[in-house]
Amino acid sequence: MRHGKYPLIITFLVPPLLLYGVFVVSPYLQAFQISTTDWLGYSADANPVGLDNFRTLLHDGYLWNALKNNALLLAVVPVVTIILGLFFATMLNMGGRRGRAGVSGVRGTSVYRTVYFFPQVLSVVIIALLWKEVYHPNSGLLNGTLGALGLPTPSWLGDPRTAFWCVLAVMVWSNVGFYVVLFGAAMSAIPRDIYEAVMLDGASRSVTLRKITIPLLWDTVQVAWIYLAIAALDAFVLVQLMTNGGPNFSSDVIGLRMYDTAFGSETKFGYASAIGVVMFFLTLSVAVLALRAGRRDRIEYS
Amino acid sequence: MTILEPPVAAQDTGAPVAAADRPVRRELGVANLFSHGFLLLWGALTALPLLWMFVTSFKSNGEILADPWGLPAALRFDNWVRAWTEAQIGRYFLNSAVVVAGSVTLTMLMGATAAYVFARYEFRGKQVLYYLFVGGLMFPVFLALVPLFFVVRNAGLFGTWTGLILVYAAYSLPFTVFFLTAFFRTLPTAVAEAALVDGCGHFRLFFQVMLPMARPGLISVGIFNFLSHWNQFLLPQVLMQGDDSKWVLAQGLAALAVSQGYAGDYSQLFAGLTIAVLPVLAVYVMFQRQIQSGLTAGQLK
Repeated sequence: MRHGKYPLIITFLVPPLLLYGVFVVSPYLQAFQISTTDWLGYSADANPVGLDNFRTLLHDGYLWNALKNNALLLAVVPVVTIILGLFFATMLNMGGRRGRAGVSGVRGTSVYRTVYFFPQVLSVVIIALLWKEVYHPNSGLLNGTLGALGLPTPSWLGDPRTAFWCVLAVMVWSNVGFYVVLFGAAMSAIPRDIYEAVMLDGASRSVTLRKITIPLLWDTVQVAWIYLAIAALDAFVLVQLMTNGGPNFSSDVIGLRMYDTAFGSETKFGYASAIGVVMFFLTLSVAVLALRAGRRDRIEYS
Repeated sequence: MTILEPPVAAQDTGAPVAAADRPVRRELGVANLFSHGFLLLWGALTALPLLWMFVTSFKSNGEILADPWGLPAALRFDNWVRAWTEAQIGRYFLNSAVVVAGSVTLTMLMGATAAYVFARYEFRGKQVLYYLFVGGLMFPVFLALVPLFFVVRNAGLFGTWTGLILVYAAYSLPFTVFFLTAFFRTLPTAVAEAALVDGCGHFRLFFQVMLPMARPGLISVGIFNFLSHWNQFLLPQVLMQGDDSKWVLAQGLAALAVSQGYAGDYSQLFAGLTIAVLPVLAVYVMFQRQIQSGLTAGQLK
């Protein structure tokens, strides 16, 4: 078994390591270093300024404004998406009455599941551009519908009061289908006899959902929360393409702040990297928090 | 839409289950109407924008501005032709195909070989290297953006497909290695041992025995990588600035939306979006079982 194992280990491990080291590890390490300089871009002129960039960050009103929007996304998107996902997954997996009580899906389950999953296979760019047209104040689908019903037709993305919430709604829209399928897969892994037992004991449907299904899905919900929280800290593509942070920075997010600082009209690479470092610690703490807060005993079916 | 229970409903439920079923019956009737309503509503909410996009792609600009709900007077395929040629959606589509074919192949090759070594061999520093790879899952791409720009430029790969392929593959390695290592660990060791005893070399063992056995895992993670590379926007936007003949589809569509804003050519944008969506949806509908399980399996692990 030992004979000739090292040639394989070396040929199999060195190319991926090189690729990963050059394009992933080294940029990440450099980013921390760049964040402590006043580098302004294409000239090689970068002076170490210690933590000055981070001190500037603390008083940067635009950054706090963007952070506030990310905090709102973080507070709303995961909760709403998970509730909708659980609701639809429950309906699709156990909303039906045929067969064994309470554990079969409604009719047309597979069609619903196919359609709900559509946004997941579309690129975020397409979703953003399509919804920008849906929200269009004159020729959009939304105002076309509202107008036909005789309702007021707001300007949605053009209004600082609504623009951010319009983007948030699209974020929920594009994610729900994936979690319906994810929760659905986790639900069908729950052994049927558990349900049969509780039905025999006369448990109602809502009790079954609260006391059996959701506790058994807890691990999956936790994973969903982490992924959605990370997505809420990003939201860059949707915001950039739908509103570009506007009107008047009302829908700005921290990713867009960083992108514009680095690749916008001025190229403040040092400062942009400092924003990147902040994003890194935010992502890390959100994930760690979710893992700690949600820790429960693992349940395995044998 | 009927929600009546078909007559065959209770046919094969055993007696005890049927008895337990009875008290909940009335509750279910209302719940079912309610739930079907919501399911239909969400289905419409998901499908309508896409359907609207498709129908609108045949309308003239005048029709689009006049009534969002109106149907086109004729099937104006020239919208599609304009999007394909003038807005170069056809070219961008091919560019994306070339880049993604390269990047997925490279990701799978590198990911599978690294994961196999991590799963099946013992050597010094294995833990450290494994966590180095998997740790990449925690880092936001934004943090690396500025230095990555210079790494790619200094390597002479700025604005090239090769650069994009290498970068896509590098950033997909953490998840691919994580997923495939777990998968290779689940494969039985007996087959590999038997092959080695029979004098099969380590390389042949990997390519002729282990890779075919890992096919389901490779397909899952391959679909995942394909979709995430195909939909990538941030990386090409930073690394493919300039020469627009090499852009990928996502960039082309974003540029089309910007130029549409000036020219007011809505129909061209809708046609471009439809051209970009249709093949993806067609592939999805054909392979939806694999795609859904491929995308969700990664998170359930």
